[in-house]
Amino acid sequence: MSSHNDQQDIWPEQPPSRKEMSRRQFLTYTLGGATAFMGAGTILPMVRFVVDPILHKKGAGDFIKVAEISKITEEPQEFTFELKQKDGWYDSTATLTAWIRKDAKGDIYALSPICKHLGCTVGWNNNKAHPDEYHCPCHGARYTKLGKNLEVAPKPLDQYKTKFDNGWVLLGDIVPNTVASEEA
Amino acid sequence: MFKNIYNWIDERLDVTPIWRDVADHEVPEHVNPAHHFSAFVYCFGGLTFFITVIQILSGMFLTMYYVPDIINAYASVEYLQSSVAFGQIVRGMHHWGASLVIVMMFLHTMRVFFTGSYKAPREMNWVVGMLIFFVMLGLGLTGYLLPWDNKAYFATKVTLEIANSVPVMGPVLKELMQGGTIVGAETLTRFFALHVFFLPAVLLSLLVGHFIMIRRQGISGPL
Ligand code: HEM
Ligand code: FES
Repeated sequence: MSSHNDQQDIWPEQPPSRKEMSRRQFLTYTLGGATAFMGAGTILPMVRFVVDPILHKKGAGDFIKVAEISKITEEPQEFTFELKQKDGWYDSTATLTAWIRKDAKGDIYALSPICKHLGCTVGWNNNKAHPDEYHCPCHGARYTKLGKNLEVAPKPLDQYKTKFDNGWVLLGDIVPNTVASEEA
Repeated sequence: MFKNIYNWIDERLDVTPIWRDVADHEVPEHVNPAHHFSAFVYCFGGLTFFITVIQILSGMFLTMYYVPDIINAYASVEYLQSSVAFGQIVRGMHHWGASLVIVMMFLHTMRVFFTGSYKAPREMNWVVGMLIFFVMLGLGLTGYLLPWDNKAYFATKVTLEIANSVPVMGPVLKELMQGGTIVGAETLTRFFALHVFFLPAVLLSLLVGHFIMIRRQGISGPL
């Protein structure tokens, strides 16, 4: 060790450069790598575990017989129907509601009563101050017959996909409103 | 007897400086309600902590009966409240404490604000305090679903719609919190885990930071 200074006298310019990694660097890399590996091995399974539900494939929903076409009027009517669903380890049935009516041309459409403000349930003609509108009791959102948002809510009421078969209205997935824009 | 036990331990571990450091400090006159009654506003931080301790204790005991499952949750809460001795009290402590802790925290925040105690060098403690505030809101929101009654279910639907309205991230955030596409069995277990493990752990670490900073920086001076 004491010869260290002497060596500087022998090679005054540059000590011969050594390409090898220093002991310290080697330890930093191996210990750092091992720590990163163990850390990732601990965390990754848990991350994949917690995000699993959002990675499940969502199949397109089935269409379900909801109402007879002959019963649909120009005044919106409330219909409920049941949908089989998987809820984790349970099979359950959800009860869904649709407000169905036909317009002057006879076209039938079904609105979802989930308020587009924050998801309460709207009703038809349930606010005396604003007749013939959908009204949400939570924060006072209002919508027209076609679901167009008048107040509070940022978007029109969603619609159900519809199909017609043998005199029945069938409803499918909930999709963004397409009819409200017809109203100027 | 207790003195002897204490001395025996103290001789070996020298614990006196530890608790002196934590607890043996004079209360400055301007924060002591015995000197100026209006100084009671300085109690709200301690009251917030007191109620937090009640929440954690009562919550731990509630989990001895509570089951986070959509079929059994409601029945287990009903049972612990109406059939278990003092169940009404213990659930009541947790139920009312959850609101009271928010009130106390709010009053504490007002005190800090109006005494200007958030100013240098205490800015970081204001930030930690705000984080505590959000964790508390999280505890309230996740706890609210647990009884799995109609109010719980629909309040959670609305909460998740709020998450959904976050720009860009919203829908993914909602589904992640929901644990799927509906508010159901997996939402309840998720909220339960957050409520009793994750958020209390975060809360306690933030509180430790909050208190260490108070010790380091002292209570702010009189107005
Ligand atoms: C400051 C912290 C906490 C707050 C603000 C809080 C808030 C709440 C709220 C609002 C409820 C619904 C109560 C009701 O509807 O009656 C609840 C329920 C519950 N909490 Fe907490 N909680 C906290 C800490 C904890 C901790 C640490 C645990 C467990 C270790 C816990 C376990 C429970 C359980 C098992 C329930 C369901 C029983 C019931 O609804 O009465 N809580 N909590
Ligand atoms: S949820 Fe309908 S108005 Fe807010």
